[in-house]
Amino acid sequence: MTDNGHNVKFWPGNIVVAEAAIAAGCNFFGGYPITPSSEIAHHMSALLPRHGGHFIQMEDEIGAMGSVIGASLAGAKALTATSGPGMSLKLENLGFGYMVEAPCVVVNVMRGGPSTGLPTHPAQADLMQARWGTHGDHPTIAIAPSFHQEIYMETIRAFNLAEQFRMPVILLLDEVLGHLSEGVIPPEPGSFEIINRKMDTGDPKTFLPYNVEKEDVPPFRPYFDGATWHTTGLNHDATGFPTTNPEYIKSDMERHIRKVLGNRDKIDKVEYYMADDAEIGVISFGSTARAAMAAVKKAREAGVKVGMLRPVTVWPFPKDQVYEFGRDKKYLVVPEFNMGQMVYEVERAVHFDRPIKRVNKVGGVPIYPNEILAAIEEVA
Amino acid sequence: MHFEARFSAVGGQGIILAGTIIADAAFLEGLQAAGSPTYTAQVRGGPTKVDVIVDDDAILFPRTSEIDFFLSLATKSYKQFGVDLKPGVPVVIDPNLVEIPKEHEELYTIYRIPIIDLTAKNLGRMVYTSAVALGTMVALTDVVSEESIREALKRRAPKGTEMYNMKALDVGINAAKELHATMA
Repeated sequence: MTDNGHNVKFWPGNIVVAEAAIAAGCNFFGGYPITPSSEIAHHMSALLPRHGGHFIQMEDEIGAMGSVIGASLAGAKALTATSGPGMSLKLENLGFGYMVEAPCVVVNVMRGGPSTGLPTHPAQADLMQARWGTHGDHPTIAIAPSFHQEIYMETIRAFNLAEQFRMPVILLLDEVLGHLSEGVIPPEPGSFEIINRKMDTGDPKTFLPYNVEKEDVPPFRPYFDGATWHTTGLNHDATGFPTTNPEYIKSDMERHIRKVLGNRDKIDKVEYYMADDAEIGVISFGSTARAAMAAVKKAREAGVKVGMLRPVTVWPFPKDQVYEFGRDKKYLVVPEFNMGQMVYEVERAVHFDRPIKRVNKVGGVPIYPNEILAAIEEVA
Repeated sequence: MHFEARFSAVGGQGIILAGTIIADAAFLEGLQAAGSPTYTAQVRGGPTKVDVIVDDDAILFPRTSEIDFFLSLATKSYKQFGVDLKPGVPVVIDPNLVEIPKEHEELYTIYRIPIIDLTAKNLGRMVYTSAVALGTMVALTDVVSEESIREALKRRAPKGTEMYNMKALDVGINAAKELHATMA
């Protein structure tokens, strides 16, 4: 943080999300407050009216997610934010969002669970929920930043990916990051890319809402601009009306998955830390990755050849990058603030061919660097 | 350089702001800062604290573990948050509000500064408590310069209160310096 300090904002992670959402062009927030995510709603309720947007507090999280999808289909860049119990309620409509291809961003500031769990205390136990929480086959994009400057940029990227691929994108934070304040320098408007959904420019009277003949992402027309179209959670054809045609449904589901897995070059993001010549590999995400980086730094100072891979895009899981990173390692260490979730993906990525040391913790107190350091020393 | 400060009080005493000022001052000096406030369910009257980490390098793990400066304005918050302190570090307590275990007299360097009384007597408004508290830290540590703290405090102070905030800072600095001189 340089800039003579004058432009450095000392913001909690939740405020960073709200500020970055506005910078990304977000003009709608529908939510229901829940600790430790509530500051996002509070701040959006102050920011949106000043930026010509709309804020609505709904009756619950189910309604909140519904409002976000409705706003999105009316053309808005829509955001909602919640924590575990609220995320569970949003899942039904999240699936609806995937099905009707409504771009939006859903923030989950994770806390302990299951159920109402451990209010205000952090956890990283919703990683698998982000991937598989709503039912049915569907691709997922989920992003888990670790530092506040990164939260800012990744929030913008979440909106961009949502718009580009016409689907909900999940941003995973946790209580540590949501309530931690640190320095952020908001980039100048115009210095970063903003992607808006591709619009249909044809005759509204002949508009086909899911016309994917030419491309995998159907061009969009907002509600109320003259076109009439049908929106349903049922499998549907190009008209938007339900279909039970097996061939059509098969090709459409393949298209949904191809939208994400066929565009991994635009979606994947991993960061490396002290990874050159590493013999032991640490893989960690989100706030726990910071403790892991501190442990790696300490171990390096003690002469241990250890390095780290940090998935920033956690879904789709960066399996190829993890394979490349992990395949020649003597041992892998996977710290995560849950009972073990990402480790399953790591095991698969390295073809179950590398020994893995898990570092897991629950109970609301984050994993400290010395706990990860002890695991590194054990396998060194 | 790595420095960890903790200010603890009960909710409503306005101590959380002290952390923000230290962070802003650190940014002015090109340093990094991170901080987490802790509140209990009772925002008024419950134990609160704010931790601030200042470093000349990237702050990786953002929680405190070896605290270099601790200030407390209530016994219950001292009990709850007076942990993870390095041996010998300066610990500022308001003697009218905080009782500490005997063994802590040996463990740390205890400064008994009646922050609340000093604020009431010199400023007349308790809103300046955090500036007085900050002043004691400025006098007893050298993590950031007095000038940077002044600049940061001026920028955060509501218009028209800059002068009183500067005075509050001076009250804290002078009280700590005078006490320190008698202890040396």
